[in-house]
Amino acid sequence: MNIYLAPDPEITPEVIDRHGITPEEYERIRKILGRDPNFTELGIFSVMWSEHCSYKNSKPELRKFPTTGPGVLVKAGEENAGVIDIGDGWAVAFKMESHNHPSAIEPFQGAATGVGGIIRDIFTMGARPVFNLNSLRFGPISSKEADAPANVRHNRRLFGGVVSGIAHYGNCIGIPTIGGEVYFDESYEGNPLVNVFCLGVLRHEQIARGAASGIGNPVFYVGAETGRDGLAGAAFASRELTEESKQDRPAVQVGDPFKEKLLLEACLELLATDAVAGIQDMGAAGLTCSTCETASRGGTGVEIDLEKVPRREDGMTPYEIMLSESQERMLIIVHKGKEEVVREIFRKWDLPHAEVGVVNDDGMMRVKVGGTVVAEIPARELADEAPIYHREATPRPAPEPIPCLPAVPVSEALEALLAHPSIASKAWVYRQYDHMVRIGSTVRSGSDAAVFLVREADKILAATSDCNAIYCALDPREGARVAIAEAARNLACSGAVPLAVTDNLNFGNPHKPDNFWQLRESVEGLAEGCRAFEVPVTGGNVSLYNESPEGAVDPTPTVGMVGLIEDEAHVTGSFFREAGDVIVLLGETGDEMGGSHYLKVLHGRKAGTPPRVDFAKERRLHDTLRALIRAGFVRSAHDCSEGGLAVALAESCFGRAQPIGAVVDFGASGLAREVLFFNESQGRVILSVPASRAEAALALAGEQGVPARGIGVVGGDTLSLTADGETTRWEIGGLHRRWADAIAACMSAP
Amino acid sequence: MKAAVIRFPGSNCDQDCHHVLQHHYGIATDYVWHKETALSGYDLVILPGGFSYGDYLRCGAIARFSPIMKAVGDYARNGGLLLGICNGFQVLTESRLLPGALVRNRSLHFICEHRWLRVEATENPFLNLASPGQTLSIPIAHGEGNYTADAATLAELNANGQVLLRYSDAEGNVSLEANPNGSAENIAGICNAARNVFGLMPHPERACEPRLGSDDGSLIFDSILKTLGVTAAA
Repeated sequence: MNIYLAPDPEITPEVIDRHGITPEEYERIRKILGRDPNFTELGIFSVMWSEHCSYKNSKPELRKFPTTGPGVLVKAGEENAGVIDIGDGWAVAFKMESHNHPSAIEPFQGAATGVGGIIRDIFTMGARPVFNLNSLRFGPISSKEADAPANVRHNRRLFGGVVSGIAHYGNCIGIPTIGGEVYFDESYEGNPLVNVFCLGVLRHEQIARGAASGIGNPVFYVGAETGRDGLAGAAFASRELTEESKQDRPAVQVGDPFKEKLLLEACLELLATDAVAGIQDMGAAGLTCSTCETASRGGTGVEIDLEKVPRREDGMTPYEIMLSESQERMLIIVHKGKEEVVREIFRKWDLPHAEVGVVNDDGMMRVKVGGTVVAEIPARELADEAPIYHREATPRPAPEPIPCLPAVPVSEALEALLAHPSIASKAWVYRQYDHMVRIGSTVRSGSDAAVFLVREADKILAATSDCNAIYCALDPREGARVAIAEAARNLACSGAVPLAVTDNLNFGNPHKPDNFWQLRESVEGLAEGCRAFEVPVTGGNVSLYNESPEGAVDPTPTVGMVGLIEDEAHVTGSFFREAGDVIVLLGETGDEMGGSHYLKVLHGRKAGTPPRVDFAKERRLHDTLRALIRAGFVRSAHDCSEGGLAVALAESCFGRAQPIGAVVDFGASGLAREVLFFNESQGRVILSVPASRAEAALALAGEQGVPARGIGVVGGDTLSLTADGETTRWEIGGLHRRWADAIAACMSAP
Repeated sequence: MKAAVIRFPGSNCDQDCHHVLQHHYGIATDYVWHKETALSGYDLVILPGGFSYGDYLRCGAIARFSPIMKAVGDYARNGGLLLGICNGFQVLTESRLLPGALVRNRSLHFICEHRWLRVEATENPFLNLASPGQTLSIPIAHGEGNYTADAATLAELNANGQVLLRYSDAEGNVSLEANPNGSAENIAGICNAARNVFGLMPHPERACEPRLGSDDGSLIFDSILKTLGVTAAA
């Protein structure tokens, strides 16, 4: 197959502009090269200096995250993913990444390749991927909401396509998708968010590095052949979506989970030998990114010959080969003399592989076609010296106060909230994911946190992803603080101690000062939260330019948090289990209706100040909850979040096909009924406790200074809520059906 | 006793099956790579779940041409116990070691959830510890588990007691509602006429410990061990 070496197009200001490179950036490129770049080099700079690869707009903000801690083995930004100690010589590598723009254009492949990419990031570290999570956000899918029917149909198509794409890739490769979150809101109309998370496990001594070390070591290309798919996807991801974006469909890659499964097994088999000096996946910016980043990390240079790169198509240009984002490819730097080890393993797995280059000592990324040099760029400058922008930030106006709203009977309000797709059961989603392969899922999907038994390490991990974007829209700093607190609370409810955080920052165009302000406030809020819970950020992803013609998405700093459960006996689920158990409420309810789903779902408003989180109280709550769990007092624990106490109590009843009822009396509350039932005050957890242990549990909580009181009893056929002497009852079966069937009903509606 | 788990490229329940046999039951278990051509000294062979060859073309359609499959066929014809789970069941039907075919689920969606199964026949090596009509909770996880066969084949399977498991409710009622994927007559698992080859869509290896939600799947492995006259070591 030939490489097409045509005369390069002339580098005109239009060509430079089309590559998203500013005149100032072009001057910087000229200075680095000491000459004008050729067309291939311009393309290489454009992808490496895109926001997606360089974080040029967000880096000064990201430096605010705490990234160190006693358990941190590989820090954020050092490698493809951070690595955290979990004890006994074992460690976990995990990370979250977005595939928002590809999924907006082609939901199935966009989401599928997102999963493929994050899995490669994890096994590149030498870790065996053991589970996935995801955080998804779409425009409304219910025709009950004030949205045009055509939009609703399109949102359903995106939602259905993304879920199928994730299922297609994750199920085939055999990594269980065990949890996550799905929200529906107008702000994601036209620009859905698809954030995917993968966690892998490895021994400390197995950590693999992405550095091109050892002058003279051969460079291998392994995995799928390079084609023209996904050309310059990283640059595509760093632009706003417009009507014309559909024409960018070729920038969306096509995934082959079968090939990735082979690549995963072959790479892990190879990494278990002593043949590998460095390894890096070819994700965004493909061959370009992997060569210059490994050289930059190694303080070396890398020279490759494109004639030797396995290719799918005839007549590709060097520009196309370097910028292709064909999936399922890796670059491996091999210790000289061990080449045959690589060839033997990749032959066994029937995967393409080729020695394409060599590590050298001149610091250059040199790309040749046979004897002709087609690109020659100092690797470190290309990989690490993208311009950094300190963007202007202008605060958005304070949120509108909660207006006077017509009263809705609480009986109707609870039914409406439970049937809203953001709150309703996600079984329609996780039923399509293989969440049981690798025989480690010990808490059923739908609980506050996913719990997974990692058999190779004999460790029990808990993981959750959280972000309430309504809060972030109203107050990005407080919303981010709440996201961390809620993630930590979800882990505590499962019996886990938090270890570390990965984040996915989804925001609008950073050139708009009010968008950039949201990003800055959110980052600072996340950083405050991480410090408060002593959890380092180990890496993540920044996705800017999340805008459709209707405007930017609500600021969405998604948090993925991982924790460890010491003892299997401490694994706790969210659902009531035994009739007669006492229901205990930990924490206090304030007069905080702002940002609630009640206002959003019943009144169509995002208004008011979101609830405040008090980190000192939160920590005390989580520590006390874990103490109660360790003491054996807790049969179930459920965090109180969207929809407030009434929704949390109803959800606690929905653990099985035949739900179980509950009778609750809040006594004299001093709050309006809808505030007590539906506000979203932070720092609250609903427990069920065996009646014989209730007194001891309340006493223990009291000693720790955590407000705790018995509010009711599990059992019966109704959910009965009484406050200030007034009672509302729901037949539990009917309530459960509304919650259980809501999403399937939307998806089968015309 | 010695067991083998066949590994096709794309198998992904191989490690789970290996774990259950090796660590849960303490049975010496080998992985056998699909490029091997010989299969000797084994008392039980498992074709595990997964997406062999990416399930491209048709589930199991390429795997049947793997070099090892000739040895697997010979092993089965010589009476060896052969268990095909999920993708393994699909490979067995494609290889004509079991009759019928598995096509896309009625809903066109992949489905992963615990299902109830009713035991239909116990006079076989795979369910001899169960009672007829007993119900088992075992998860399914497939996109193409809709069992189909012509009327004559179904009649023959029924007449010979080759239908071993049907999808049912917890009480053992076999109904349309209890059928997750559209399978003919709610069929979840069948054996061959000689009763030494068993294919099923549900995953018994995922239901061997109460902490995973059910240990009903161990009834199948316990029955196999009883057939082979082995007492589990673990």
